[in-house]
Amino acid sequence: MSAPFDITVVGAGPAGIAAAVTAVESGARVLLIDDNPRPGGQIWRGDWNSGREGDWLNRLAASHVQLETSTAAIDERILDKGRKLILATGARELFLPFPGWTLPGVTGVGGLQALIKGGFDVANKRIVLAGSGPLLLACASLAREKGASVMLVAEQSDSAHLRGFTASLWRHPGKLIEGARLGLSLLGSAYKTNCWVESAQGREHVESVQLRHAGRTWQERSVLLATGFGLVPNTELAALLGCHVEDGAVHVGDWQQTSRPSIYAAGELTGIGGVDKSIVEGRIAALAATGREAEARTLFSDRTTWREFAAGLLRTFAPRPEVLSLAAANTPICRCEDIPLSEVAAHGNWRDLKLATRCGMGFCQGRICGSITRALYGYGPNSPRPPAVPAPIQALLEEREL
Amino acid sequence: MKPDVLIVGAGIVGSACAWELSQLGLRVLVIEDEAVGGGATAAGMGHLVVLDGSEAEFELSAASLRLWDQFVARMPEGVEYSRCGTLWVAADQEEMAEAQRKHNFCAAHGVRSEMLDPVQLAETEPNLCPGLAGGLVLPDDGILFAPVAAQWMIRDSKAELLRATVARLEGRRAILADGTVIEAGITVNAAGARAPHITPGIPVTPRKGQLVITDRYPGFIRHEIVELGYLKLAHAASGESVAFNVQPRKNGQVLVGSSRQHGVKTHEIDRHMLERMLRRAIEYLPALPQLAAIRCWTGLRPATPDGRALVGPWPAQPGMYLATGHEGLGITAATATGRLIADYVANRPPIFDATAFLPERCFHA
Repeated sequence: MSAPFDITVVGAGPAGIAAAVTAVESGARVLLIDDNPRPGGQIWRGDWNSGREGDWLNRLAASHVQLETSTAAIDERILDKGRKLILATGARELFLPFPGWTLPGVTGVGGLQALIKGGFDVANKRIVLAGSGPLLLACASLAREKGASVMLVAEQSDSAHLRGFTASLWRHPGKLIEGARLGLSLLGSAYKTNCWVESAQGREHVESVQLRHAGRTWQERSVLLATGFGLVPNTELAALLGCHVEDGAVHVGDWQQTSRPSIYAAGELTGIGGVDKSIVEGRIAALAATGREAEARTLFSDRTTWREFAAGLLRTFAPRPEVLSLAAANTPICRCEDIPLSEVAAHGNWRDLKLATRCGMGFCQGRICGSITRALYGYGPNSPRPPAVPAPIQALLEEREL
Repeated sequence: MKPDVLIVGAGIVGSACAWELSQLGLRVLVIEDEAVGGGATAAGMGHLVVLDGSEAEFELSAASLRLWDQFVARMPEGVEYSRCGTLWVAADQEEMAEAQRKHNFCAAHGVRSEMLDPVQLAETEPNLCPGLAGGLVLPDDGILFAPVAAQWMIRDSKAELLRATVARLEGRRAILADGTVIEAGITVNAAGARAPHITPGIPVTPRKGQLVITDRYPGFIRHEIVELGYLKLAHAASGESVAFNVQPRKNGQVLVGSSRQHGVKTHEIDRHMLERMLRRAIEYLPALPQLAAIRCWTGLRPATPDGRALVGPWPAQPGMYLATGHEGLGITAATATGRLIADYVANRPPIFDATAFLPERCFHA
């Protein structure tokens, strides 16, 4: 079969957009697909007037990239679309379990940010944000801007770690950090380090949150709790295509190439690192895939910078042991199949766990619970099967008549 | 200390053998290189079904279901047993005649069954397409999550479980991949489709199947539904076939099958077969395309040249018994298979006359 495109890019977040635009500017015929209705990914949500986000979205709109939104790449048939494939499938939030984490009103911090940007009204709502990393602050500042009462931002990392990290920031100006700085200045005493959520209480919905700080625990009345313990690369499609995955991220070489010929990976997929790392990796992948290695090489030092920055982020905001052991015996680990910690803890590997308890056999197919077991026990799903994301049975058929 | 019995394979069949042999007071060692119930046991649907392709097949499946009734009463909730019954669907009058024949067979053998006319069929399963000729329900058939059943049998038997890879199983000993030799009073090869890998000469070949599972749609279907053309398709000795066969999991997920490919040894999804299988299912369930699929997978059924399982002593290897070759009936037939092996080992009258399954029929000295 002759491929209609030179390059297929999966995922229209920063990495995918940068890759698609760069490749099309090299003269390649480029297809960019994304399962969301609009390009931008989890982080860019259509703010066309704002700086770099607007620049890239405008460049994409003005380009000859063929954009297919609301389209999921679910299996190896994606390889038929183009001669080369650039995977930029991004990341999802890591949830860590604590008593009450499945109550309505508890969300991921990225999820809350997306909800607010989508018009969800937080005015006068009491909100607690807990977890780790600059995203907490960016979300808190957005929530406050929209009129929310941000009761507390609980950063579990300790202040010594944070000081070391902040001292290194002068080398890494960026929107995320600006947002975090802004948030910090607005929050004042509502920002606490060495502080974490222990549980959430409520009957039908969150009513209060129990927090711990400096050996003291207390209850904070709140109707929303947003937690952010970091991100997990979406490696399902890459793994399904046979790309080597190591420590939960797709392994790539200098040219962003994966272990499979003609398949590249860029962005959060290759290791969590934020927008800047994603953009530079997307550009390098596209340049390499279109034979412009010399130009790609000029971006290597940028990439090194952002990867170091990412490594610093991960070190600074890595969950402390206490945060990894908050779940009680009856705290659900697998939400789909309602499997509590007490049943999960007894198994030494993912396969045994799954076959004994059905953990990971529900709708999420281990995307949520498997990331939890990986964080808690060091193992998670390891046998990728199609579809890479849930899809109508119709989508498993060729696109001819039924 | 040397075990009395060494079983290779902790699938549902090996586990049932372990349970029954332990009841004889024997010291049982089970060797498995993967998870208990992790091979075809996990890949299959877990359908407990009375079949009537031959008297022997009926005896094996009916005896097994009676034993399963005793087991599931003792097993934990996680085994997800549901007596949902099997609905055999007749597409036309020829298949309706087959339904009637089955019905008569069941009546003559003391198995409950009920004929459905087209109106009753549509009331029973509203998502089936219109225009079908009718059906037959066997209300005492059921489904379960077989890995948990296998785990329970191993646990309850108190058999010793060794996680290791067996390189060869011969006569009364196993040679592990690391060279360790384990001797036993007798051995049981219950390694499913891998039985001939460790004991060359056993006439078992893989017959690959594919399955798709959906998100939860409680009530979408109520019975394990199988097309009546299933048996002629399933028992075609070679080649490829698909048949409409769907199952309502207890949690509302829908399992969609089935397909058969002879001699394929790899676990990759075969797109062509997957698609044929789904299109067949959609002919019967027109709303199926809108259901969200969450996972596709494959498994290797252990098939024999004559379609009958191998249960009993293996003359080529004195001291060895075979418990494999059940093809798609392994979950159902596991319990009676375990009992038969124990009957032979204890030298007591077998639970039924299972001469048809003795491996000696395949042995030519």
